Order: sequence, then structure tokens, then C-alpha cells
Amino acid sequence: MITITHYLVLSAILFTLGVIGVLIRRNAIVIFMCVELMLNAVNLSFVAFAHYLNSMQGQLFVFFTMTVAAAEAAVGLAIIVALFRNKETVNIDDMNIMKW
Amino acid sequence: MLNLVGLILLFPLIGAAINGLLGKRLKKDTVGYIACGAIGLSFFIAILVFCGLVLLPPEARLFEKQLFNWIESGSFKAAAGLQVDPLSSLMILVVTGVGFLIHIYSIGYMHEDKGYHRYFCYLNLFTFSMLLLVLGNNFLLMFIGWEAVGLCSYLLIGFWFEKKSASDAAKKAFIVNRVGDFGFALGIMLIFLTFHTIDFTEVFHAASEGGFAVGNFTITIITLLLFMGATGKSAQIPLYTWLPDAMEGPTPVSALIHAATMVTAGVYMIARCNVLYMLSPFTMTVVAGIGAVTALFAASIGLVQNDIKRVLAYSTISQLGYMFLACGVGAFSAGVFHLMTHAFFKALLFLGSGSVIHALSGEQDMRKMGGLKQHIPVTYKTFLIGTVAIAGIPPFAGFFSKDEILLESLVHGNFVYWSIAALAAFFTAFYMFRLLFMTFHGKSRVDHHVMEHLHESPKNMTMPLMILAGLSFCGGFLGLPGASAIDSFLSPVFGGHGHAEISMSGAAVHQSEGHPYLMMVISTAIAVAGIGLAYQMYVKKPELPQKLAGQYRLIYKILLNKYYIDEIYNALFVNSVKKGSLLLWKRVDAMMIDGSVNGVARLVGWFGNILRYLQTGYVRNYAFYIVLGCIFIMALAAFGR
Amino acid sequence: MINASIMTFNILNILPILVLAGFGMIVLVTDVLSSRKWVNRNILAYISLIGIIIAAVLTRSSTGTTLFSFNESFVTDNYSLFFNFIFLLCAGLTILISHNYIKREDINYGEYYALILFSTIGMMLMASGADLLNIYIGLEVMSISIYILTGFKRSKLISNEASLKYFLLGAFATGFLLYGISLTYGTTGAINLKQIASFIAEKGGMSDPLMVIGMGLLIVGLGFKVASVPFHAWVPDVYEGAPTPVTAFMSVGPKAAGFAAFLRIFLTAFGSSHLEWQKIIYILAILTMTLGNVSALSQTNIKRMLAYSSIAHAGYLLIALVSANDMGVSATLFYVLAYIFMNIGAFAIIIVLSRKGDECIQINDYAGLGFKHPLLAIAMTLFMLSMAGVPPMAGFVGKFYIFSAAIKSGYIGLAIIAVINSVISVYYYLRITVIMYMKEPAREFVPLTISPLMVAAIVISVVGTLQLGIFPSKVMEIAQRSILMMR
Repeated sequence: MITITHYLVLSAILFTLGVIGVLIRRNAIVIFMCVELMLNAVNLSFVAFAHYLNSMQGQLFVFFTMTVAAAEAAVGLAIIVALFRNKETVNIDDMNIMKW
Repeated sequence: MLNLVGLILLFPLIGAAINGLLGKRLKKDTVGYIACGAIGLSFFIAILVFCGLVLLPPEARLFEKQLFNWIESGSFKAAAGLQVDPLSSLMILVVTGVGFLIHIYSIGYMHEDKGYHRYFCYLNLFTFSMLLLVLGNNFLLMFIGWEAVGLCSYLLIGFWFEKKSASDAAKKAFIVNRVGDFGFALGIMLIFLTFHTIDFTEVFHAASEGGFAVGNFTITIITLLLFMGATGKSAQIPLYTWLPDAMEGPTPVSALIHAATMVTAGVYMIARCNVLYMLSPFTMTVVAGIGAVTALFAASIGLVQNDIKRVLAYSTISQLGYMFLACGVGAFSAGVFHLMTHAFFKALLFLGSGSVIHALSGEQDMRKMGGLKQHIPVTYKTFLIGTVAIAGIPPFAGFFSKDEILLESLVHGNFVYWSIAALAAFFTAFYMFRLLFMTFHGKSRVDHHVMEHLHESPKNMTMPLMILAGLSFCGGFLGLPGASAIDSFLSPVFGGHGHAEISMSGAAVHQSEGHPYLMMVISTAIAVAGIGLAYQMYVKKPELPQKLAGQYRLIYKILLNKYYIDEIYNALFVNSVKKGSLLLWKRVDAMMIDGSVNGVARLVGWFGNILRYLQTGYVRNYAFYIVLGCIFIMALAAFGR
Repeated sequence: MINASIMTFNILNILPILVLAGFGMIVLVTDVLSSRKWVNRNILAYISLIGIIIAAVLTRSSTGTTLFSFNESFVTDNYSLFFNFIFLLCAGLTILISHNYIKREDINYGEYYALILFSTIGMMLMASGADLLNIYIGLEVMSISIYILTGFKRSKLISNEASLKYFLLGAFATGFLLYGISLTYGTTGAINLKQIASFIAEKGGMSDPLMVIGMGLLIVGLGFKVASVPFHAWVPDVYEGAPTPVTAFMSVGPKAAGFAAFLRIFLTAFGSSHLEWQKIIYILAILTMTLGNVSALSQTNIKRMLAYSSIAHAGYLLIALVSANDMGVSATLFYVLAYIFMNIGAFAIIIVLSRKGDECIQINDYAGLGFKHPLLAIAMTLFMLSMAGVPPMAGFVGKFYIFSAAIKSGYIGLAIIAVINSVISVYYYLRITVIMYMKEPAREFVPLTISPLMVAAIVISVVGTLQLGIFPSKVMEIAQRSILMMR
């Protein structure tokens, strides 16, 4: 029997994977995909809660999250492209003109 | 009309702002017009406000205009409002009226000065501050005005800051005043602690209705602290020493600030707080005592001074002493009356002396004057009127006000007060006529070069002199004994006790009723005696003073050196404080305090530098901080329960 | 839940938002027209300003009532209206200071104004959101617009980099926020703030550890937006890299919106269990103030210095949140308003002095400004004094109210730390003043070209700073009325 706990643990694991990915990866696009992973982990928990609580709001929330994530992806990729045009790299370790 | 009261404050402020910000680029004439125009408008509004107040029935003559609440938090409330009542309306008339004349005079007097716009900016700012002091409806606002006039006074004494003596005098004035202000500030705090408000109306209402017994200890302390402030600002013993030095400033400044208006702020404050003072007979005795002693003390120094402005400065201190004496015996309206007449004739005398100095290209020593009567006739005539007024010859203004004080000091005080005051009046008549004779009569001792440039002052300087002379002549009729307009006008402010009810005994009051005319004769006789002596010594037998000085060398030297008070203060306070502070600076401050403060500053700076390196510029580090923070918050939420 | 309460669909309540959205579209369309030379591009700024003014008038007209709409997910009360007014003011001032700048920097595209309007919509949604969904969407609308604005100087590497940093970290922090919302939803069964509050009240506190974790994650997400330590690291870099008017905008608007949401969520939904979160915010407040002020000391770039200073100001505002009383809320409202004037004013002066290709943002570039351009120097001094909290400026009164709120709630230690911090801050604010007046100019000041819009912005800021400092009671009264309807 798959309980709510299973879903939550899976979502927590996915979320943590996303966080770790953001911390250790270098390619800006991959980092962004890790962020998307975090968001989807949250979506999973939302749906699980919605099912468990028998309420629509969680599912509703997921739709909005996906829409927002799509918008974010569009903007994020545009920003990365703009940067790539100027710098010809997407390695975030090369990006520290501003510090201290 | 009373609603216009805010404008009185506004015009000088605007004038100061324009001259201060743009003065450099404006033409000299424009600067002068702006400054005078501002004060003139303010004077005009003051008249309107005064008329508005007079039209009200006497009981209703209190108008408060709440400007705004600044901060309100819990029980602390800082509001700003203006208060028009007979006392403040009289004061604004004097401040703006005399101020206006002095502004006009200044156009001529300061015409050649480089700092023309700076001068008028300060002067307008001073007028604004003084009006704020007078019109404020609570102690805090009064204190702000009090400090602001002190600041302007400092700036104007040190106006010619290239001269070392001027900047020293400015510093001295500032520091001595600080001592008094410290007491004033403490007094205000104590008032807030006692009454939980600093609003005049509320404080005085609470004081009179709140069941404070006469002689209440807290009230005594409060009034003494306030009086400490007054001794600083109004140059009374022991804090008077700054005023003679303040004569380093331009002469119109001496006239406006150090004779007519600012120095009377202490008297105004005590009159304003009459309810509190009436509750403390002890403080009243102190006020009267210090006033009487100062009056005599300063007058005696004035007897032998040779600098024309210094004589006038000591005369101012002495006259202020009279006002405090009047307040101290409970005759507040007599004090305020004298304040007003004094403003007229002392401003006149200072401006007259300024005209003399102007004519003599800056000479201030009376031993190098003499015989100026024919050369500067207008100045002479007006100066004569001022001198007669201060000496107390009827029917000039000074006679009525001084006579009233003498009378009150006998009726409500005692014979000691009266005799001190009478002696001081004798001295006053003497030194003022000595000044007049030495300056305008006798043989000319003026330097040849100076003689060639000798000239009467321009119209814009003599006009104010003539107007002030007129006021010095007729200002006294406002307070005719028996039918005093000023007494009845001020009586709402001073409750029933315009003429004190703390009098020693009812009998004294009755007894005195037959006396006023006798007293008038006596005080006139005193004045005439002083004048006669001066005439003998400086016109009839000019060699007599020399001989007397030789005979009574010790007394003469003591007087000439102003009782060595400055030297004593230097030895007692200034030097010991200097030495002590040197010690503190070298040992305590440099080693311990500086060490620790610099240490802390360096530590903070060092810390800031370390923290900078946390800002690596790498996204991954920043994300890591976020994760760390998240873990930290979780830990806090989990274990911090 | 699906009992079709469509009747609460009240479009009038979101009219200001709709107006702004409409004007954003108009700006975009006009921009297209202007690229064909049919209209002058300069009118875009005026169109946006008109939109903002109309929205402000509509906002003003609906004060005094508390209305819930859209299935109780959107609330119009005095609190949200006050904040909406703040956002509109902020957007208006930003447009005033941007107009010349974006022309000069060759980034005069219509999207600029449209994005400012859209992000303002996001902020207004955040302040008016009565459930977590609305607040989340508002936050994203605001953030995404600002990501783009940050990178608006497309050809400048520094701007690209700032934009990427802000975007990645922002999205990352949003993940935490969303997870927090999810856990809160899962444990309370509701996303509506009032329902969450009543659920917690029923349970008698936060019994479920998952709920506490959810609340903590919300703090992370919102803490990022308001630039609280340790979620602040993006602030200096992004502020430095963004176009200066955008820096001005985002140092005020999103921060105010973040606090609007922060206060509403924590005082409404978690209000009954405030002991749970107060200690966390307490520590964050101390860290934020101290780190912001201490780091600002050693900065040489004025934009970075103001970035750290804005972190410090966030710290002061967190104190108001910790106080968790009515006075704290009204103090926040007042402080944010004051902060708009002084901060945008300071940035306006930076913009006036900068040139194309020469940002003029080193603190030493300001040496001698007091002699060369006295009026600008006076205005800058005023803003610096206000930020340092010197009476009678707005900043002083704001700090006074915040510290009073802390003392009222018994956080005397916190108030003392805050006072020490504001003493530290005096050093770096006054340093600019000292450099302006007491040092010889290190460089030539080019003749100023100052547009009427810029003059208007500076005058409004100066007047606002003084007005709030000298006559604060009126605004404070309005702020106090704005909290009564909240609970």
C-alpha cells in the first residue's frame, strides 16, 4: 500500500537532489534544470496532499506552478542566451565580475 | 487676525533662506531690501496680531495656534504650537519693531562689509529664533528658540572671525551660555517628570490647581534651574562675563541682540513662568537678590570704563539686574515694562554709539573723543534723549519704568533692595552722563586723520535713531503710575499678582499708597545728583577724575579691572578645567577611551573587511548560504522550542 | 469547496491592477507603432505615468472598506491599499528617474516601462493576496519582470551577470517558498490565510513538525525577497550590475512587497503561534542589521554601499515584524514609505551625476560636489542624513516608531542592538557628506543635463523626506488606520 508518506519522502528526496544539483553543477542551464527539479518535487507533494486531503486546491496550485515555471524557463533561457552572446560560456564559475 | 501669527515667524525665515542661499549672487541693495522687507512684513503682521488681541475682552486674551504634532508615542508627545497672549504680543512688537529699525540702520552701517549677505542672513535668522522663543507654547519650543538665538549670537559676535579677539569672545559667549543652558535643559526635564507635559498652559494650570504648596521643594528646584538658564542668557552674576566681550560684534548686533532682545529672554522666561516662581518664595529671593546685586555691581564697573561700547554693555547688565529685581519681588509687569523701555533707549544708545564709531572710523575709546556735538548733531541730540531716558529724568521712558521698580522693591521687597537699586540708579545717571560728556562735550581729543573724515551718518542710520528717540521719550506714558496701561494689559498673564501678593504685610501696601509721588521726587533727585556730579567732574573740572583716580588708586584699579572677575574665573575654572582636561585627555582619553573606541572602530572595520570576502561572487556560494540558512532555521525551529 | 461561489467574483476590487495591466499592453503596442516612426517613443513614459496615476486614484477611492473577492483569495483593505499606494509611488518615481537614463544608455525600449508596470502588478497582488496562491503568483509576476529589468542592458556583461545571478538564486529560493507552501497546505488543509489561522487555533498551536518546517521554508523564501541575512548574498552583486534606475526600483518595491506578504502571512496565518517564529526572525533581524551595516563600512562603490544599506534597512523592518503588534505594522508602513523617498532620491542623484559609459559610482567621485553643484549636494546630504536616522528627517521618525514598537513588545535588547547599529551606519552615510563638502574634487564634473522629469523626482523625494520627518503624524495616522482591518 502506497501511503502519503511514500509520496512525501520521494518528493523530499527529489527536492534534495535538486538542491544538491544547484550547489555542485557548473553549467547554468543544468543548474536551472535542477531548480525545475525542485519545483516538480514540490508539485508532487502538492498533488499527493491534494489527493490525501481530498481537496482541489493542491491540484490547482500545481497548474499555476507549472505555468509560472514555464514563464520562468522562457525568461531564464533568454537571460542565459544574452549572457552567452557576450561571454560565449554558460559556466557560472566564470561569472564573478562583481564581488566583495 | 490672530491666525496670521505663523506668518510673523515665516517672513524672517524666508529672508534668511534667500540671503543665505542666494545672497552671494544678489546685489547688495537687494539683500538689504529682502532682509528689511522680511522683518518689516513681520512687524506689520505683529501689529495686526496685537490689534486682534486687544479687540478681545481681557479674559479671553489667550490664543493658541496648534501647528502640528511632531511625534506622538505613548505618553510622550512633542507638539509645536504658537501662543499669543498679552506678554508674547508685547514681546513680538518689541522684537520686530526694534529689529526692523536696526535692520534699516544696518544697511548703512554694514555697507562696506564683505560679509553683507552673511550678516543679514544671520540677523534674519536671529529674529526668527527670537520670535520662536517668544511665541512657542511649550518649553521645548522655547528651548529650541533659546538655543537658536544663542547660536546666532555666537555667529554674530564672531562675525569678524579673522580678528582673534572676536572669535575668542564668540567662544566665550557660547561656552558661558552652555553652563546656563544646561540648567535650563535640566529644568525642562524636571518639569516633564513632575507635570508629565511641557505645554505652558497645562503646566501652569497643573501648578496652580495641582495642590502644590507654596515652597514646594520640586518647584523650587525647577525654578532655580530655570533661573540658572536665565542668568546665562541674560548675563547676570555669576555668568555675566560674556556680555562685555560680546561687544566685539558689529554694533547693530550689540544693539539688537545684546541689548534689546536676546539678553532679555531670561526676563521673559521668568515672567512667562510666573506661576511657578510665585510658588517658590526662596527662588524669588534668589532672583531679587541676584538682580539687585548685579544692578549695582555692573553699574559700579561702568563708572570707570573707557570703551564706549563697554560702558553700554555694563549698563545693559545693570539694567537687566533691575528687571530681575522686579521679577524677584513679584512685580512682573514692572519688569516687562522696563524690558520694553530699555529696549527702546538701549537700542538707541547702542545705535548712537555705532554712529559715533562710524563717524570716527572705528574709534571706540572715549579718551580719544570729545567735542563731537557740533560735528554730528543728529547723533548727539538723539543720544542725549537716550541718556536722559536711562538716567531716569521725567517724563522720559526710563523714568517711569525704573521708578516703578524702585517703588515695588520697597513695597514688596525691603529697604535693602531699594537702597541697592537707588545707589545703582545714581551710578547709572553718573556713568551715562560721563559717557555723554566725554564723547560729545569738552575739547576734542580726536586724532587729526580721523578728524578729516568726521561726518554725520547717512539718512538710513539717523532715521532709526530719531524714531527710537521718539519712543524713548514717550514710551513711558504706557506705564503712568496709577493709570498704567501696561499693567492692566499684562494682568491676565500675571494673574492677580502683577503686583505681588507675597508682600510682607498688608500694611506695607496701604502705607505705600501715599508714597508714589514722594518716591518719584526721590528717584528724580537721585538721577539729578548723578548727572550733577558727572557735570562737575567731566565738564567743569576735567582734571578732577585724574586726581580722584590717583587718590583712590586701589578702588579705581579694582573697578577698572572689573573686580578682576575674569581673572578669578580664569584661575578658578578655566585653568583648572584646562589642566584637568589636559590630564583627562592625555591619560584617560588618549589611553583608555580612545584606545577602546579606536579599537572597537578598528575591530568593526576589520570585521567588515572579513565579511566582504564572504561575497565571493559565485552563485554556488550564495546558494550554499541559502541552504545553510535554511538548515539553521530548521534547527532553530526544532531545538529552540 | 466547489460550491460555486462565483458571486464573489468582484472585478471592481482588482480594477487598479487591471488598469495597470491595460496600460502595460498599451505601452507595448505603442512601442511597436513607434518603431515604425508613427509615434514618438518619448510618450511611453507619460503613458505609463498616466496609468499609474489612474491606478492610484482608483486605489484611493476604495479606501475604508474591507472586501474579499475571488473566493476569498483576494482582499482589499486599508493595509493592502496603503501598500498599493507605496508600490505605485515607487513605480512612478522610478519612471521619472528612468526616462533620461534609458535614452542615454540606448536601452529605450517600450518593454522597460511595461515591465515596471507588470512588476508593480505583482507587488500589488502580493499585498492583496489573502491566500498563499495569490501571494505566490504575485511574487512570481514581480520577480520575473525584475529578472528581465536587471538584465536590460543586454550588451553589458555586468548587467547579464547580475541578471543571471538574480534569476538562478531567485528561482532557487522560490523552490523553498513553494515547498513551504506545500507543507503548510498539507498540514492545515488550506491555502487561505484565515483558514490556516483558524486551523492552527483549533489545534492549539503548531503541533505537527511538518508545519513548523513549512513555516521555516516560508521564512527562507520570503527572507530572500526582503534580503535578510543569510539570504542576502545576491543583493550587492545584483544592485551593482543592474541599470541604476532598476536598482532604485528593486531596492524599494520588491522589498516592500516582500514585507507586505511577510507581515500578512505571519501575523494572520501564524499569528496565534507567534512564539514559534519570533525567535527565528529575532536572530535574523540582528544578523541582517549588523552584517548590512558592518559590510557597508568598507565599500568604495556607492551602489554597493547602498545595497548593504538596504540590507541593514531590511533588518530594521524585521524588528517591526518581530514586535508583532499593531504599532510594528504601522511603523513598517511608515518606514517603507520614508525609505522610498530617501532611497530613490539618493539613486536619482547618482543617475544625474553619471554619464554614458561612466557610471560615476565610486564614492570618491563625489568629492567636491558640494562646491560644484550645491543643490544636488544638499539633496544628497538630506537623503544620507535621513537614512542615518538624523532628526528631523523621515528616517529618524521611522526608526523611532520601529524601536518604540520593539520596546512595546518587550524586546528592549533588540532595540538597543538596533540603536547601536544605526550609530554604526552614521559613519558610512556621513562619509559621503564629508567627501562632498570637505574634499577637493578629484575629477571634472561634466555640465549637468537634468530633465524636468528628473527634477520632479528629486523634488518629490526631498519634499517627502522632509514632510515625513517634520509632519509625520498625519501619515502615521493613516498607517495606524491601515492595520485595524487586518485581522
